[in-house]
Amino acid sequence: MLQYAFKRALSLCLSLCLASVVIFAVVEIAPGDPASFMLGINAQPDTIAALRAELGLDQGKFVRYLEWTGGMLRGDFGTSYTYRSSITDMIAERMWISLPLALYALALSTLIAFPVGLYAASTRGAPGDVAVMGVTQLGIAIPNFWFAMLLVMIFAIKLRWFSAGGFAGWDDGLFIGVKSLTLPAIALALPQASILSRVMRSALIETLSEDYIRTARAKGLSRQAVLWRHALRNAMIPVLTIIGLQFSFLMAGAIIIEQVFFLPGLGRLVFQAITQRDLIVVESVVMLLVFAVISVNFIIDLAYAAVDPRLRHGP
Amino acid sequence: MRQYRSLIIGTFLSLIVLIAATFSFVWIPYDIMQLSIPDKLQTPNWDHFLGTDHFGRDILSMIMVGARTSLAVALLAVGIGMGIGVPLGLAAATRRGAFLDEVIMRTNDLIFAFPSLVIAILITALFGAGAMNAIIAIGIFNIPVFARVSRGAALSLWQKEFILAARVSGKSKLRISVEHILPNLTNLLIVQGTIQFSLGILAEAGLSYVGLGAQPPTPSWGRMLADAQTMVSFAPHLALIPGSAIILTVLGLNLMGDGLRDALDPKLRKSRQ
Repeated sequence: MLQYAFKRALSLCLSLCLASVVIFAVVEIAPGDPASFMLGINAQPDTIAALRAELGLDQGKFVRYLEWTGGMLRGDFGTSYTYRSSITDMIAERMWISLPLALYALALSTLIAFPVGLYAASTRGAPGDVAVMGVTQLGIAIPNFWFAMLLVMIFAIKLRWFSAGGFAGWDDGLFIGVKSLTLPAIALALPQASILSRVMRSALIETLSEDYIRTARAKGLSRQAVLWRHALRNAMIPVLTIIGLQFSFLMAGAIIIEQVFFLPGLGRLVFQAITQRDLIVVESVVMLLVFAVISVNFIIDLAYAAVDPRLRHGP
Repeated sequence: MRQYRSLIIGTFLSLIVLIAATFSFVWIPYDIMQLSIPDKLQTPNWDHFLGTDHFGRDILSMIMVGARTSLAVALLAVGIGMGIGVPLGLAAATRRGAFLDEVIMRTNDLIFAFPSLVIAILITALFGAGAMNAIIAIGIFNIPVFARVSRGAALSLWQKEFILAARVSGKSKLRISVEHILPNLTNLLIVQGTIQFSLGILAEAGLSYVGLGAQPPTPSWGRMLADAQTMVSFAPHLALIPGSAIILTVLGLNLMGDGLRDALDPKLRKSRQ
């Protein structure tokens, strides 16, 4: 197990190194110089050169890459070109919206998908199952930003239960904060819940057709007992994989959903930074998102290996 | 008939969109470049079957032309994924476990690790918003999907006796891959292509929604939704109609993908039931 964990950790580090090179390269080759952008079209060449020197843009690409990655390793993401403030602080501030939003959506999607998947699997082929499959098929097809608009239309504009956008902040209490994130989280969770329900259903159906389930039934256990005690546990492996993958979708999906609800999270930070050519902020936030996704997948891989020893030896 | 229900419904929905898109080249009810402020924000009526937008443009016409954008972006993105991913997957399968295979598959893993939408946003934002960059951004993330699928299937085909026979007859690995492996992957690639196509439509809509897809005056469904956002309180049809168009297209393609998988691979149908 230790050897496996070491190998996976090594591959995690390699992936992160490669990811940082790719992100840096993409941003580097993109047209548009931050200094000229900040000073406008009428700027003098010497002013631009001075600003470039101040921002450290006159240094070689390799030096800048090393400074950027070295800084990140120390927890220092550098200074924003536009706001002249610490990117670490900016990210930390936005993180208090984006992370709770992604986790809230993940919790919602899991809470919806488990009972729905279980119900569909246990009533397989019955009208209830067919209805669940139809609704989830529809759920997958709905773009979450459109669903978000629909939610705003119904719950914010018509019923006035929630606000149509913005974030009240955590200072006024947990309830207020959670309430501002509820519609965005529902919008984010819908497609994921649909996918997860279907995975849950098919994983359970497959497990229920295994020999050991028949044995358990033959020994006199009730259908329900078999489902809860034996099938559910074994069906969890594919379900866990999807939950891990969903984290990445939720982080990415949050970027667009934050636009719909005008939430000042990481997504809006990236958009603002892109339009202002604040490239160092763009690089850092994207790297952070990639780090989050790769790390979650790493943890899930380890969790698997702990649950199923066969997986430690690879395919 | 019952077993092909998904395929029939899916194909029907997809065909409607395809016909609307193709037909829009020849005829649309109203010119979408023609603004008519007196006719603005009409709800569906006999003159304007799906109503008009805030500039008085006919929504049905915009939906028809928008279908063109959505389908073209998604189709080309699938083309990029297939065109690059399948040869890579086939090449990796010929040298299982060798350096080439490792490099191809690890690069794939790396692309998989990136939150695709974030990178698509990054690419389109940095290199300029527009349909072309959207196609490239979505296409890049289709490459590892096709590479992985074709490698997996090719690996099992390489164990088959007819491939062994071809090898014994002296054919090169390249020729075997092209003449024997690839034709046997067609079904799988059609099914995967349909799924990626529907994901491409959703991705294009998302990118256009945030202003990074096709640029005005080219209509796109995502863009129409973005324009509708500030008007949903008094003109909900502006949001409901393009949204429904996206849903019907994606639903149609997903159902068609499911149906095709069942129809083309009866083994799978049996195990799924």
